[in-house]
Amino acid sequence: MIWNEAKECMSRDEMRALQSARLVKTVDRVYHNVEYYRKKMQALGIEPGDIKGVEDLHKLPFTTKDDLRDTYPFGLFAVPQSQIVRVHASSGTTGKATVVGYTRKDISIWSECVARAFSQAGLNRDDIIQVAYGYGLFTGGLGAHYGAENLGATVVPMSTGNTKKLTTMMKDFGVTAIACTPSYLLHIAETLEADGDLDKIKLKAAICGAEPWTEQMRIQIEEKLHINAHDIYGLSEIMGPGVACDCQYHKGLHVYEDHFLPEIIDPKTFEPLGEDETGELVFTTITKEGIPLIRYRTKDLTSINYGKCECGRTLARISRFKGRSDDMLIIRGVNVFPSQVEAALLELGETAPYYMIIVDRVNNLDTLEIQVEVGEEYFSDKISELEGLANRIGHAIQQAIGLSAKIKLVEPKTIERSMSKAVRVIDKRKLV
Amino acid sequence: MVVNQLSVFIENKAGRLEQVLEALKAEDINIISLSLADSSDYGLLRMIVSEPQKAKDSLKAKGFTAMLTPVLAVKLSHKVGQLQELLAKICEAGINVEYTYALATGSDDASIVIKTADVEKAMAVLEGTDIELIKADELG
Repeated sequence: MIWNEAKECMSRDEMRALQSARLVKTVDRVYHNVEYYRKKMQALGIEPGDIKGVEDLHKLPFTTKDDLRDTYPFGLFAVPQSQIVRVHASSGTTGKATVVGYTRKDISIWSECVARAFSQAGLNRDDIIQVAYGYGLFTGGLGAHYGAENLGATVVPMSTGNTKKLTTMMKDFGVTAIACTPSYLLHIAETLEADGDLDKIKLKAAICGAEPWTEQMRIQIEEKLHINAHDIYGLSEIMGPGVACDCQYHKGLHVYEDHFLPEIIDPKTFEPLGEDETGELVFTTITKEGIPLIRYRTKDLTSINYGKCECGRTLARISRFKGRSDDMLIIRGVNVFPSQVEAALLELGETAPYYMIIVDRVNNLDTLEIQVEVGEEYFSDKISELEGLANRIGHAIQQAIGLSAKIKLVEPKTIERSMSKAVRVIDKRKLV
Repeated sequence: MVVNQLSVFIENKAGRLEQVLEALKAEDINIISLSLADSSDYGLLRMIVSEPQKAKDSLKAKGFTAMLTPVLAVKLSHKVGQLQELLAKICEAGINVEYTYALATGSDDASIVIKTADVEKAMAVLEGTDIELIKADELG
């Protein structure tokens, strides 16, 4: 079923006209309501009147995570705080979180986008959906929850953490769909298999996102659970989950471009790229009130196709992600920057600032090991003190990134020194 | 007398212990006694060697993390209860023993290396008794 046929199937010309009108309004609003954008535009010599439509998009300045950090916490909000009904936050590149705010209308649009995604997965009001993303500052839990409620489905707000309870309810309630990270779903599938419960569930679809996964993994999930697995994309800066999702044909993710105007740019020259050319995905929010962002650089690498899909939707499709143009890692659905680990180590001051982050996937769950050099000045010949040091490092890292990590103390000079950009991450997950 | 023990941090990697020993051999350093404490990721090699300072410097130059730790070397005779009597004296003084291992001196007597939380205090306690401490220059 198509949730909003008028928008999801409009002709390219109509879509472009709609986007142009909404873009003009957005630019006008941020210019007048957000000092940071006004200054950015003035520095480039641009006034709202210069932006007449999508064709002028390239004239506008980019926005990055650093801009959100510089204006922390509410500096990019375009409405008074009294109109903000909710905030979410994600990891920043350093200690500070990236904070976003939503008006009542933003929440309503977000709920519609997620409902569109669930519809693409063949779900409706007759379904029972378990939301097994984390609930809280992370957009996953509440985003999927509101979308599922908007759809009219019965929502089971599981959050994460208790897999046995989840599988028990999945069986007992006759749950038909689940929203969670793909790695967690594989873990759930293995739990069901180990308990001999695979044929006792009524699951028919999964909407997975918040971390990169491969087409092979998607097919593996489908075959193991006998369901349809869909890839939902989003980021808190733009909205949260529900910026794009694939349909039953799985030929790219339909972008809800009546709200989020996509572009692909060359991450080095910043020049716009054409259809099917791979580059960095950039979004301009064109209906958002709380925190409208102009040309936000997602750092995700992909391409766009504007052809009509077999499902009938005309919405542009982005291909599976081909990596990132920065060093951000997504571990168990949580964004992690190596710079956060470095800052935590420097702040602790008990180790050399040389570290190696090793990410792997064991039994379909991400593992995180951080190797830290034991410098002579921090060395003790007592195991209890070395263990205490490892525990303090582990605690500092957990505080910084919100994930527990196995800390491995290594000998000095074993981590590569490099004159240029040092390799600080070994990702063994082979996700791309 | 306080003896300087050489402690080396060794990652659990094949060949690493051998490399430490090779470095010591190259400097003509004699290992009198050793103990290896291990955790899942790394080991601590504790040694009584002929020239601790020179050993430490040469290991450091080769990129190892090494340090000198003051410990006591105590002579015991091969009699039942000798070690217990020694520890009783240290415990009576309220001193915590961190680790201990056998020391090979080549003589007929048994000896041990003992690391306490407060080495100076332990030494003071033992000096007032008939227990014999081994001096650094008696080793090697």
